[in-house]
Amino acid sequence: MALALKSTCFVQLKRPKSCYAFRSSRQLAVVSTRRSTTMAALSTVATIGISETFAKLKKEGKVAFIPFITAGDPDLSTTAQALKLLDSCGSDIIELGVPYSDPLADGPVIQAAATRSLAKGTNFDAVISMLKEVVPQLTSPVALFTYYNPILKRGVEKFMSIVNDAGVHGLVVPDVPLEETEILRNEALKYNIELVLLTTPTTPTSRMKAIVEASEGFVYLVSSIGVTGARGSVSARVENLLRDIKEATTKPVAVGFGISKPEHVKQIAEWGADGVIVGSAMVKVLGEAKSPEEGLKELENLTRSLKSALI
Amino acid sequence: MTSSIKSDLFLTNKLSIARNERSFSSMQRAVSNNLPAASAVKSGSKRLHVERALRERKIDEVERRESSGKFGIYGGKFVPETLISCLGKLEAEFNFVLHDAEFQAELAIALRDYVGRETPLYFAERLTNYYKNENGEGPDIYLKREDLNHCGAHKMNNAIAQAMIAKRMGRQRVVAATGAGQHGVATAAACAKLSLDCTIFMGSEDMEKQASNVFLIKLLGAQVTKVEGSFKDASSEAIRQWVNDLEVSYYLTGTVVGPHPCPSMVREFQSIIGRETRRQAMERWGGRPDVVVACIGSGSNALGIFHEFVGDEGVRLVGVEAAGFGLDSGRHAATLATGHVGVYHGAMSYLLQDQEGQVLGAHSIGVGLQYPGVGPELSFLKDTGRAEFHTVTDEEALNAYQLLSRLEGIIPAMEAAHALAYLEKLCPTLPDSTKVVVNCSGRGDKDAPLFFQHRPALDA
Repeated sequence: MALALKSTCFVQLKRPKSCYAFRSSRQLAVVSTRRSTTMAALSTVATIGISETFAKLKKEGKVAFIPFITAGDPDLSTTAQALKLLDSCGSDIIELGVPYSDPLADGPVIQAAATRSLAKGTNFDAVISMLKEVVPQLTSPVALFTYYNPILKRGVEKFMSIVNDAGVHGLVVPDVPLEETEILRNEALKYNIELVLLTTPTTPTSRMKAIVEASEGFVYLVSSIGVTGARGSVSARVENLLRDIKEATTKPVAVGFGISKPEHVKQIAEWGADGVIVGSAMVKVLGEAKSPEEGLKELENLTRSLKSALI
Repeated sequence: MTSSIKSDLFLTNKLSIARNERSFSSMQRAVSNNLPAASAVKSGSKRLHVERALRERKIDEVERRESSGKFGIYGGKFVPETLISCLGKLEAEFNFVLHDAEFQAELAIALRDYVGRETPLYFAERLTNYYKNENGEGPDIYLKREDLNHCGAHKMNNAIAQAMIAKRMGRQRVVAATGAGQHGVATAAACAKLSLDCTIFMGSEDMEKQASNVFLIKLLGAQVTKVEGSFKDASSEAIRQWVNDLEVSYYLTGTVVGPHPCPSMVREFQSIIGRETRRQAMERWGGRPDVVVACIGSGSNALGIFHEFVGDEGVRLVGVEAAGFGLDSGRHAATLATGHVGVYHGAMSYLLQDQEGQVLGAHSIGVGLQYPGVGPELSFLKDTGRAEFHTVTDEEALNAYQLLSRLEGIIPAMEAAHALAYLEKLCPTLPDSTKVVVNCSGRGDKDAPLFFQHRPALDA
C-alpha cells in the first residue's frame, strides 16, 4: 500500500521549478515525522491532491464522481457525517460550498441551503474547524466552493493559508473572471491549493483556451447556460464542448450544473468527461429531508445510485 | 444632406420631428463642433437638443481610467463566466451607440418628447431665504428638477436609452430589478413604448412600502416578480434570471452598479443631467455651479449630475447618503461612510458587510437609498478625494421633505430629501451668493403616506 502523505507535492510534475525547493523541504519534514507514527494512523491520512486523483483514475480507466454539498445545511455536524459518508460511498473528490448571503451563480436549491446554513449561525471559522477534524479521516481530497467577497475580507493570502492548514486541496470561486484570477492563483500556488476555473457554453473558443491553460486541478465545464439546479436532461452541447476542450488541453475535465440522475452521469461519462459533479440534487436530499438522519440516508442512496452509473 | 433618420427604435412617425426654439443655441454649438448628424438635422430646419452627444468621447480620462471597466481598483466584471461574453457584446453595442449619429439623434428626440427634457434649473427663492443668516447672507439654492421627468424621477433618462439598445440588439424581453419602484416604472413604461416584454423584480419589503409603484408597473403591462427581501435580493434574482436567459433577455440596470459596462452605461445616459445643468448655469448666471449636491443610494442621480463637473476642480461635489436610524444603529445605508471594499453584484466597490464578508441589509426611509453597495465610480471619487460624502438621518430627511413642500410647493422624493436635508449643515458654511445646485432626483407623491405614518400629528 502506498504511503499516503498529506502534502500533495510528491508526484507533482506540472509545478513551476521555482517552487520545487520549497515543496521538497516540506515533504522531507513530513516524512521524518511520519516515521514515528503507526501504520494505522498513516492509512487514515487524506491522500493525494486533485490532479493526482484524476491521474490515478485515468490509469484505472475510471471517471471521477464529485458530489457537492453546502456546509452547515442542516448543520455542521451533519455536514461532517455527510463528508465521511460521501467518501466511503466512493466519491473521488468532494466539493464543499461555503454559505454566502448573495450566491449569484446558484439556483433556488443551493440558495435555500445557504440561507438555512447562515440562519443556523454557520461561519467560515466554524467550517474550517470542522474540516480540520474531518479531512484527516477522508481518503478523497476536498475542494472548497466559495464566492470572492469572503476571501477578500480575510485577505487572499490569509485565506489560502487557513484553508491549506485545514487540509483543503482545491478551490472554486465562481464570481472571479479569468482576468481577475491572477492574485488568487499566485497565492493558491504558494499554499498547494489548486484553483479550478470554469468554462461555459457561452465562452468563445479563444477564451476557453486561455481558461483551460490557467486552470489547475481540473477544468470545470458548466453544462448549461444558467445557474446551478437540476435539469431534466443534459444538453447535447456538452458533447461538443467536451471535444473542443479536449482538443485544447490534456488536463482533466469535469462537467457540472444540472446533473441529477444516473442517466445524466452515464451520458456525460460516455461523452468523454473525466469527472461528473453533482450539486443541487445532493443538497436537496440532504437539506430538505425531515431529519438529518433521513437526509443522510437519502444522500447515501443517491450517491450509490449515481456512482453505479460510472461502473 | 437629407435629414431622414433611418432607424426606428423610438420614432414610428418620422414627420413628428418638430421645431424646438429653445434648442437653437445648443444646435449652433453642436454644428460648430462639426457634428455630422447635427448638421444634417439642422439643415432641414429641424432643431433638436443634441447636447454634446456626438462629440468624440474620451473614455480614458486622466483621473478615471476606464480600461476594462475599472476606476482605479473599483469596478470590473466579477460575475460567473457564463455572463462574460454577453457583457462583451453589451459593451460593443454601447460603444457603438455612443458614436452612432442616428441613435443619438433618436435618443435626443426621445428625451425631449417622451421624457420631457430639458428639466428646469429652478431658483428656490424661499428656500434660499430660509437659509440666509442674520445678515441676510447665504448661498443661492437652485434645484435641478428631475422630478419633472416622465414617471417622476431621473430613472427614465437611462431606461429609455437602454430599452432602445435592447431593441437594437433584437432582444424581446427586458428584465430589471427595482428598489423604490421608480426604475421599475420607468422600465415598464419604456418597454410599453417600444413593445418589449418586461419583467420587474421587486423585494417583498419594498412592494409593501411603495405599493403605488407596483400598481403602475402592472398597469404599464409589465410583470412583477416578488422576491423575498429588498432591492439587493431582487437584484441578485434578476441577475440569476439574466444568466438563465441571456440569449433572449436584456438586463436593464437602473443604476451605476453591476459588472462593466453597466455602471458606465447608466452614468453615460444620466450625465445629460449635468450637461444641461452646466448650460443652464451659464445662461442663468454666466458661470458654473459652485457646489453640486445629490443623494446617494447606489449613485445614479449623483453621477448623473457630477460627471459633467468632475474635471472642473472649482466645482465642489457633495454626495449625501442615508444614515437611517443613525450610523451607530446598524440600520442605515451609509456605504461610503462605513463600508469596506468588497465585491458585490459584479463589481468591486465599497460595501456594507460583516466581518465574515457576508453582505448586510441596508435601511433608509428613502426606499430608493436602501442598497448596501454603491457604484464603483463613486468609490473611486471618494478615494481620490474628488467628491465629499456626508450622511443624513431618517428624521432629517423627513423634515426636509416637509420643508420643501411648504416653502416651494414642490414635494421631493424622500431620497432627494436627503440631499436637501444636508443644506442645513452646508449653507451656514458658504459665502454669500455661492451657487448651490441640488439634484431633485424625483417627486415625492409616492412618499406622502409614509411621511404621515411618521408624523401622524400633522394629519389633523
